[in-house]
Amino acid sequence: MTSTEYFIVVIVLLVFIVIFQISKASEYVSVLKGEKKAFEQNNRINGFLMLVFLVVGLAAAWWCNKVLYDKTLLGVPAASDHGENIDTMLWITLAITGFVFLVTQVLLFWFAYRYQASEKRKALYYPHNNKLELLWTVIPALTLTVLVAFGLYYWFKMTGDPPKTAVEVEITGHQFGWEYRYPGKDNVLGRQHYKLVDASKNNPLGQDWNDVANHDDLHPSEMHLVVNKPVKLIIRSQDVIHDVGLPHFRLKMDAVPGIPTTLWFTPKYTTEEMKKITGNENFVYEIACDQMCGVGHYSMRGVIVVDTQEEYDTWLAGQKPQFLTAHPNGVVPAPKPAAAEAAGAQEPEEKPVALAEEH
Amino acid sequence: MSNEAVIQPGVVVHEAHEHVGGHHHRETFITKYIFSQDHKMIAKQFLITGMVWAFIGGLMSVLFRIQLGYPEATLPWLEDIFGHWARGGKISPEFYYALGTMHGTILIFFVLTAGLSGTFANFLIPFQVGARDMASPFMNMLSYWFFVLASIVMMSSLFVQTGPAAGGWTVYPPLSALGDASIGSKTGMDLWLISMALFVVSQLLGGLNYVSTILNMRTRGMTMTRLPLTIWGLFFTAILGLLSFPVLLSGFILLLFDRHLGTSFYLSDIVIAGKILPNEGGSAILYQHLFWFLGHPEVYIIILPTMGIVSEVMSINARKPIFGYMAMVASLFAIAVLSFLVWAHHMFVTGMNPFLGSVFVLLTLLIAVPSSIKVFNWLTTLWRGNIRFTVGMLFSIGFVSTFISGGLTGIWVGNSTIDIHVHDTYFNIAHFHIVMGVSAFMGMFAGVYHWFPKMYGRYMNNTLGYIHFWITLVCAYVIFWPMHYEGLAGMPRRYYSYENWESFKQFVELNRVISFAAILSFLVQLLFIFNFFYSIFKGRKVTTKNPWNANTLEWTTPIRPGHGNWPGEIPEVHRWPYDYGKDGVDFIPQTEPVTKDESKH
Repeated sequence: MTSTEYFIVVIVLLVFIVIFQISKASEYVSVLKGEKKAFEQNNRINGFLMLVFLVVGLAAAWWCNKVLYDKTLLGVPAASDHGENIDTMLWITLAITGFVFLVTQVLLFWFAYRYQASEKRKALYYPHNNKLELLWTVIPALTLTVLVAFGLYYWFKMTGDPPKTAVEVEITGHQFGWEYRYPGKDNVLGRQHYKLVDASKNNPLGQDWNDVANHDDLHPSEMHLVVNKPVKLIIRSQDVIHDVGLPHFRLKMDAVPGIPTTLWFTPKYTTEEMKKITGNENFVYEIACDQMCGVGHYSMRGVIVVDTQEEYDTWLAGQKPQFLTAHPNGVVPAPKPAAAEAAGAQEPEEKPVALAEEH
Repeated sequence: MSNEAVIQPGVVVHEAHEHVGGHHHRETFITKYIFSQDHKMIAKQFLITGMVWAFIGGLMSVLFRIQLGYPEATLPWLEDIFGHWARGGKISPEFYYALGTMHGTILIFFVLTAGLSGTFANFLIPFQVGARDMASPFMNMLSYWFFVLASIVMMSSLFVQTGPAAGGWTVYPPLSALGDASIGSKTGMDLWLISMALFVVSQLLGGLNYVSTILNMRTRGMTMTRLPLTIWGLFFTAILGLLSFPVLLSGFILLLFDRHLGTSFYLSDIVIAGKILPNEGGSAILYQHLFWFLGHPEVYIIILPTMGIVSEVMSINARKPIFGYMAMVASLFAIAVLSFLVWAHHMFVTGMNPFLGSVFVLLTLLIAVPSSIKVFNWLTTLWRGNIRFTVGMLFSIGFVSTFISGGLTGIWVGNSTIDIHVHDTYFNIAHFHIVMGVSAFMGMFAGVYHWFPKMYGRYMNNTLGYIHFWITLVCAYVIFWPMHYEGLAGMPRRYYSYENWESFKQFVELNRVISFAAILSFLVQLLFIFNFFYSIFKGRKVTTKNPWNANTLEWTTPIRPGHGNWPGEIPEVHRWPYDYGKDGVDFIPQTEPVTKDESKH
């Protein structure tokens, strides 16, 4: 330990000893003064602190909001249509819970201060009042009904079927990164099976090359989306549970091995537009893994670029199908049955430690 | 009913003898302090074991807060202590994840379940229902010792080469099922599962005892509606535990099978570390259903006892009956029932059927109704009271404050529409730490300060108590309030570092403030621990049987009761426990017969 660290430890110990001595002394003093007097004094101090805590606490909450508001997404418009619904829901909920918070906290600390022990007063014997209790059963129930109704309205809108025009994009998580697959010209994602996964043969997603729908599937290193065009993500995982977290779109969905999930939305702003909106020229749409997935969880980052249609088309035209990377001459080598290939893929000597070593 | 007939008559006779001075029963050190069957001693054992765990769990949070608040710092002494887990004086990611996982496991299960229910159920149930001991003192002792076994196994997992479990306290498979997925999923995970299995046994032994004691061993006149709210809280807690812990155990056993016997309950389509696994057809989501079937009731297992404690302490110190006793019991009951019907609100973004999700939204938000009834009833209890700020009372008020703050954000995360955005972010961390971490600790502290005189015949130091309360309350808000903002920036939880993220790197200073407050609040808890142990031996002595002028039965026992609690007959009960300030009388104990000219309520 360095000398500063020793110094800190010594200071902490000294503070402990001082606090302890003061506390012990105050106990002796209270014995000398008489229990009753000491109690009254302590009660007044604590009652006063209740009021102080309320006032200072509310002021601190206001100040905290002032300092932190701009660092959150509260001031940044949601970048997807669903996100806008979520923001509306969030503000409705904030208004209601904020009101209740204020009223109940003020009452709590005010009552504590106002009704501190006094010889002049007697406590009111007030064991129950059915009307009051009914009142605060019914009002919360009605309020919550409103919140449930709004919430479910938006929920079903978001989780309902995507429009037919939606572009399908597959995103696959593994420790610790994301892979993207686009269906190519035929708009169909080819068959895949996890037993076909073989990075050494340029097949990290386990595409079945016997399925011609796979031959034009693209495997770019970034996800590109078109502004104002709905997209349906097909989300897979190859190992443990991950989560496609899209903070700016206000969305997330788990990637579960063996159980593909889906998520659809419509991006509202291109990356360039978001740079202007946020005033941050380094802005990127980030994909953050939101489900604990191992030691590299914190580094499991992906990037989405939202383009205009033209930019997107140019980008897409520059991508080479994975099939051609795996088969430079453009033909499937031997028409082996898929099952046999899958069985072959299990042999460990064919499997270098690839794939999972990105972080 | 007569308890004398139920309890071993030998014990009763002994206690009576002891009272008149006959000291002929041999109580050795071992039977008195170690393998004790006295509910009071077992309660203290649970409490002190819980405090040891709380110290360790709290220290772990300090360590990972060092990483989050001071990611640049190199502290060589960390390497001196933790070796390769903190090479170069920096906490490694493996260590960070192990710390977070164990912090959660320890505080949720070992401190706020065993330490809390174990302490107060054991201590208060026989006292407040008027029984000489638990229905089965032997099972009660076993319950504690199974907890110790679980503790030893869990503790040993901290010292294995590959470290303890590191996949988060929820240990979701496949991460927790495959050693190749994480070093924490090697030996450490097996020890975790074994420890938790022993823990479940301990909970079941304890829970059966609590329920049967409350139902069968109440003294004459103690009808169910005359039970203090502490007992109601502990009663529902025990029932929740009995119904949900076995489900958790089944989930763990399947996980053990998947780990060692080649089954595929949770595993399917996995390529890990370049190996293609043969497992197909399992569902990782099945585990989450089994886990949260306990996991959700678990948060009520943590909070219901403290609701009872707070109701009791608050009523005594406001010198006023608790407002709406029946509504309080009914809302406890409603919470207990609903707690079984909301588990999948932890799983809105797992790809679960959205319709199923919507049912869970409805049921989840329903819980807010009984919760708000309780809050309004506590507020009304304070209204026009005559409040004594004992340390227990301060913590009760703190409990209500944090329960409101954390409860209201529950309305956010319980609504699937908002949950999509804030799920697994710091918003969620803020929510559950305030509502079940801080609140539960507030309630637990209220109980410890309030019943300490009954436990040890001495008082804890008041001034230290006040300092403990105010700094803890302030730090709790300083730590968790700003985390809501981090969550609203989408900042994910369980990240070792945020520096490479354009979206989340703006909170460096804030994280430093939070870490500082966390360290400060940890130090203040040391004051509490010191106060506790110092006061056992040196605290001011209690000179009257009933120092708080309370109504319940435990204050009719001698200042230092022996095994069997009452030297003579168990008192008879004639009224409910909340006659404070009735007809101008400050308090009327439950043992006072109702007089003719007394007003009815």
